[in-house]
Amino acid sequence: MSASSATAHAHVEHAGHHELGFVRTYVFSTDHKMIARQFLFLGLFMMIIGGLLALIVRWQLAWPETAVPGLGAILKETGGILEPSTYNMAFTMHATIMIFFVIMPILAGSFGNFCIPLMIGARDMAFPFLNMLSFWVTASAGVIMLSGFFVEGGHAAAGWTSYAPLSAVPSYTGVNWGQNIWCISLFIMGIGSMMGSINYITTIINMRAPGMRLFRMPLVVWSLFITAILLLLALPVLTSAVAMLLFDRTLGTSWFRPSGGGEPLLWQHLFWYFGHPEVYILILPAMGIASEILPVFSRKPIFGYHAMAFSMISIAFLSWVVYGHHMFVSGMNPALGMAFTVTTMIIAVPSAIKTFNWLGTLWGGRIQFTVPMLNALAFVSMFVIGGLSGIFMASTPVDIYIQDTYFIVAHIHYVVFGGSIFGAFAAIYYWFPKMFGRMMNTTLGHLHFWPTFVFFNCTFFPMHIIGVGGQMRRIYNPMQYEFLQHQQHWNVFITVSALCLGLGQIPFVVNFFWSLFAGLKAPMNPWNANTLEWTAPSPPPHLNWGPTLPTVYRGPYEYSSPESKEDWLPQTAPPVAAAGARRH
Amino acid sequence: MLDWWLPPNVSTFGQEIDWLFHLIYYITGVTFVLVFVTMLAFVIIYRDRPGRTARYTHGSTPLEIAWTVVPALILVILTMLSVPAWSRINMHVPPADFDVNVTAKQFNWQVNYPGSDTVFLDEMHVPVNKVIRVHLRSQDVIHSFFVPQFRMKQDAVPGRELVRWFEVMKPGKYEWPCAELCGFGHSGMRGWIYVHTPAEYAKWAAENLRAGAKPAAAPPEAEPKKEEKPKK
Repeated sequence: MSASSATAHAHVEHAGHHELGFVRTYVFSTDHKMIARQFLFLGLFMMIIGGLLALIVRWQLAWPETAVPGLGAILKETGGILEPSTYNMAFTMHATIMIFFVIMPILAGSFGNFCIPLMIGARDMAFPFLNMLSFWVTASAGVIMLSGFFVEGGHAAAGWTSYAPLSAVPSYTGVNWGQNIWCISLFIMGIGSMMGSINYITTIINMRAPGMRLFRMPLVVWSLFITAILLLLALPVLTSAVAMLLFDRTLGTSWFRPSGGGEPLLWQHLFWYFGHPEVYILILPAMGIASEILPVFSRKPIFGYHAMAFSMISIAFLSWVVYGHHMFVSGMNPALGMAFTVTTMIIAVPSAIKTFNWLGTLWGGRIQFTVPMLNALAFVSMFVIGGLSGIFMASTPVDIYIQDTYFIVAHIHYVVFGGSIFGAFAAIYYWFPKMFGRMMNTTLGHLHFWPTFVFFNCTFFPMHIIGVGGQMRRIYNPMQYEFLQHQQHWNVFITVSALCLGLGQIPFVVNFFWSLFAGLKAPMNPWNANTLEWTAPSPPPHLNWGPTLPTVYRGPYEYSSPESKEDWLPQTAPPVAAAGARRH
Repeated sequence: MLDWWLPPNVSTFGQEIDWLFHLIYYITGVTFVLVFVTMLAFVIIYRDRPGRTARYTHGSTPLEIAWTVVPALILVILTMLSVPAWSRINMHVPPADFDVNVTAKQFNWQVNYPGSDTVFLDEMHVPVNKVIRVHLRSQDVIHSFFVPQFRMKQDAVPGRELVRWFEVMKPGKYEWPCAELCGFGHSGMRGWIYVHTPAEYAKWAAENLRAGAKPAAAPPEAEPKKEEKPKK
């Protein structure tokens, strides 16, 4: 440890010798905090595009084949009316963008980069250059993905799951380069995410501050550690699968095309072998964020720290053996379906453990309703609904009926919007003062949170109802089906709510940019929190701390401890009895 | 028992599926209410007020064991109820009274009966209270055979023949959409399944299924048969 702190010391002095120019500070920066900000801006920008695509899809479902306001300028031939192929493109790209270019960059990319070094007491990532490369590779993948909107034939339109052979043969969708670009972009994105995950894992294993044992790490670091391992092992499977798909499309191979001896189900096996760990990649960081914020604003230790860490570890293991529940009616051998039912039921247990521990954290606390806390509470309650609706799918016979209906759409949105996005909002409100050195506005924060929470539920809860009524996902016009016509009023209600949900994001955008430039200067530790990032200045300078790294004496959640007069006890405060002896 | 928005079920195994659906509905409903009431109560009771101090506790092993074991037990029971039902529905086809070939294509269902060359587009006629065995294929992309009121869904995979079955308890006309995205014409790809009484079915078969017979004029109770043509 002394050797590493000596090198770090040398680093600090070295850095002081020359100022970095604009490009090295803001564009090609190797500073993990700048890279975190870059990932955040990338994710928020893409969220606007993904969100608008969702509203276009919703408009079509509520008022089929009427002109979408504002689209007349783009879709000149139809006067703003969506055609089925454009509609397929819109929902395909909504999901692709939201999953790969919003949630992953914000949760894993931005908060992974920001939290890991600051919370374990490291000066930067283990491989700062690779870290920079990881962002720029991901950003290039984003640009390539967006370029697909401008090619002839339109962007990919085979769903974000891109089931072969629909995706493998251009004539089946009429999409040619769009789907190729989709493959190329995800291939590059996969490489970027691998660079990031290697970095996270190495940093957490090797660069913890003195005293930061594994079981003294904040749970958000645990969650990011596990997420990084899942990313490292899952993304290459997707990367290979999209390469194979691209070869089928362009080089005439037959991995997935039965006409050449290929197997359509192989795509589904590869895709979901990546896809189910992916779901946990999206939700685990949000779980970590909630586990971080609930204790701070309940002013008490997290309930069951070890249970929380081990439940995440068990989720990580189990996530590899549940993927078949996406394929119960795919034509996969039904005997395999039985096995996947068992594993899927088992993976619900660690999620239940986490939920009860969050409740336990609230029990007997002194709960402060700050904006990050409200978002964290929303995360917990929405995750409960998403988790419970998952049990319907785990039961194979019930899944036969609800597979490919709006019930699934409702479920995934409760998990990735109610879960991951509320987690992301909680994290932004919580770490914004540290990230940018300014406080966010509380009034605007409430104005953002309450409409988002209410209209989120108005948008996605009724999807359970129309799903149980039988409405299939990915259909262009529900009114084409007699058995769905009686519930069309729900589609109108959902769309109106979704539009309000979209409008509800305006206070957030205003708050974010206003606070960035004009917010109150943030103190070092605005929330009276214990973890290490709050011992660095706001925003932390290059290399985070002055000449000496913090030393860790205890776990991260010692709130209202009898050892301390205040209701918080930082990880760095020396124990009272040994304070004199240990200080040096 | 309330229907909870489910369309009325008419198939034999649909009853099992609905029973499980309702069971899970009540289990998750009760859990949801318990968790929410607890959470709301905690949030209200333990809100920050002057003079309140938070309880300093790191957890409780008995509680951890309790909330691991209880959900695990409930899930084991659900598994033990789901797996046999799944096996009855999807793994063992009962002795079939009747075979139908269904070949999906963009964007139609093509139905053919053994012993007859006639291909019916987007319509299937079957008798009531008989076990119908479906031989499901696809000639281009993946489609999904979905009949909401039968609680039946099975993807049609090109290059494979999948055998599934159903038995309907009530004559009628049932909508038969495709449930898997299959291209720009996916929405609107649907057929009708006509379930007849034995007498009606015999009449229909005599008119339409004689070996070598041309497709007859539309039977009185059915829609006119469509010629093979792209989606409207």
